[in-house]
Amino acid sequence: MKKGLLVFILFMCILAVVPLFLRDPFLCHLLIMIMMYATMSIGWNIIGGYAGQVSFGNAAFFGVGAYTTAVLLVNYSVNPWLGMLAGCVLSVGLAVVVGYPCFRLRGHYFAIATIAVGEIMGVIFTNWDYVGAAVGIYMPILEESITNFEFHSSKIPYYYIILIMMLFAIAVSYAVEESRLGYYLRAIKDDPDGARSLGIDIQKYKMIAFSISAVLTSICGTFYGQYVLYIHPSSTMDLMMSIHLCIIALIGGIGKLFGPVVGAFVFIPLMELTRVYLGSEGQGIDMIIYSLLVIMIAIWRPQGLWALFSKGDK
Amino acid sequence: MEGVFTQTLVSGILIGFIYALIAVGLTMIFGMMDIVNFAHGEYLMVAMYFAYWFFVLFGMDPLYSLPWVTVLLFLLGVITYYVFIRPIINAPMLSQIFVTFGILILLRGVAQYLWKADYRMIPQTLTSGNVSIFGVYVGVSQLVAAAGAIICNGLIFWFLKSTKMGMAMEAVAEDKEAAKLMGINSDRMFALAWGVGIATVGVAGSLLSSFYYVFPEVGSNFCLMAFVVVALGGFGSVPGAFIAGIIVGLVEVLSGYLIAPSLKFMFVLLLYLGVVFIRPQGFMGRK
Repeated sequence: MKKGLLVFILFMCILAVVPLFLRDPFLCHLLIMIMMYATMSIGWNIIGGYAGQVSFGNAAFFGVGAYTTAVLLVNYSVNPWLGMLAGCVLSVGLAVVVGYPCFRLRGHYFAIATIAVGEIMGVIFTNWDYVGAAVGIYMPILEESITNFEFHSSKIPYYYIILIMMLFAIAVSYAVEESRLGYYLRAIKDDPDGARSLGIDIQKYKMIAFSISAVLTSICGTFYGQYVLYIHPSSTMDLMMSIHLCIIALIGGIGKLFGPVVGAFVFIPLMELTRVYLGSEGQGIDMIIYSLLVIMIAIWRPQGLWALFSKGDK
Repeated sequence: MEGVFTQTLVSGILIGFIYALIAVGLTMIFGMMDIVNFAHGEYLMVAMYFAYWFFVLFGMDPLYSLPWVTVLLFLLGVITYYVFIRPIINAPMLSQIFVTFGILILLRGVAQYLWKADYRMIPQTLTSGNVSIFGVYVGVSQLVAAAGAIICNGLIFWFLKSTKMGMAMEAVAEDKEAAKLMGINSDRMFALAWGVGIATVGVAGSLLSSFYYVFPEVGSNFCLMAFVVVALGGFGSVPGAFIAGIIVGLVEVLSGYLIAPSLKFMFVLLLYLGVVFIRPQGFMGRK
């Protein structure tokens, strides 16, 4: 673990100094997307990995984060940072409302129920005029500053914000893993009946994990809205996005602290680069490549790529 | 006004038969091996493309190409079993979910690469046009599709209940170990379940292609509908799926008619949530 910590610090130092040398805006955008997806996938990993409850609806939290911030900013000129906080509160609310009935379901029933919830949210936001319906919301252009959470001359400030968010997510995930909560979640995953018989309140701990997951996804929603300055239902509440979050965790290693980070560094470049280099001629190629990767990993290496780096380090 | 309402009811029932047919394959595979095929809708998409290309390349009407599409899909199902499913039959649920999700993305990617995201439709078929039955206008294609779905569902039911092979499949679904002691090769039964389960989607896809657009994402909505049908009817129950299909079809068109067409999908999904919260085993499911 000592060695692991060293590698981690080195890796973060590299990430912290990269923008000083990086002049290419596309690469900068790529790294921002990687870190954003890593953050969300870490969030997914807490409920899907540690607690073993496969959620295919996490994009709903991303959407709630993005939309809450946008609506508050556009209609009431509320500062985006406060909007982020409000988004987190609403996301946790949604997690509790959805989690309470859904966590009684097991296995496939739960997975399909989360798909249903995610899709229902998508339908609501596509038809809700107050939030711009299918057209979406354009963020007002504000003076660039950290308080306004908007930067127009360079992507670098966004880069550092999302880097800090990712570090925050890793810290949260580490805290969960090492705490009593982490042990409870793993017990719930491995043997729910056994955990219950030991007096663990399964519902409660699943709910806590789901709420943490919701917060980590929701802050990314706010970030995305402020970064792209335009949100609409299919860019924020898509089922495919929820699936990507799970796939990233799977590629890196489900239930491993750094699994989602590794997964994001493999998956996002794979997707973006095939898209850029193959263009419209290669439409679908990115899906073929990563789906084969997903199938192969699920069959032969369910512990993910992270296991390649950490032999014997459970 | 009343005429429109009856019209809506009839169209809901007709599409419900198709949902039932799509769901039967899903429920069969789930009932036998506890694996949910998340790629089910994508096989439907493949079947629809096959029917489309049979028409474009050989001028074959979807009704004539139906047997060919069905056979092709049967083979595709068996191949899927041996290549992708057999290695994970005893794996944790997580791996199983990811493999079938992987197949979903794979098939969609292949369709997008080969045929692009365009919407395609067979312009003129044998069953184009409308007929009036007791004052209700129905598309002939829809009517034929519903009839085909009923026949196919009946055949599956008969196959499971009355043929030796079908009963062997039921036995494996009931108790793998006991079936093995009776000399049933469960591996071959699983392959058969995938073959037959996917072949039913082949039938559904052929029937649908005569009045529905084909595009790479066409499967996703049908697949979610099939999940709702399966949950409603009970995982593993063929007659349950049949009744549930009609209910889902009715809920879909009625909520579209009475509330708003753009929200109808939401009501079907709410139906799913309502069912699994209140009665997780569905109407006719085991346990």
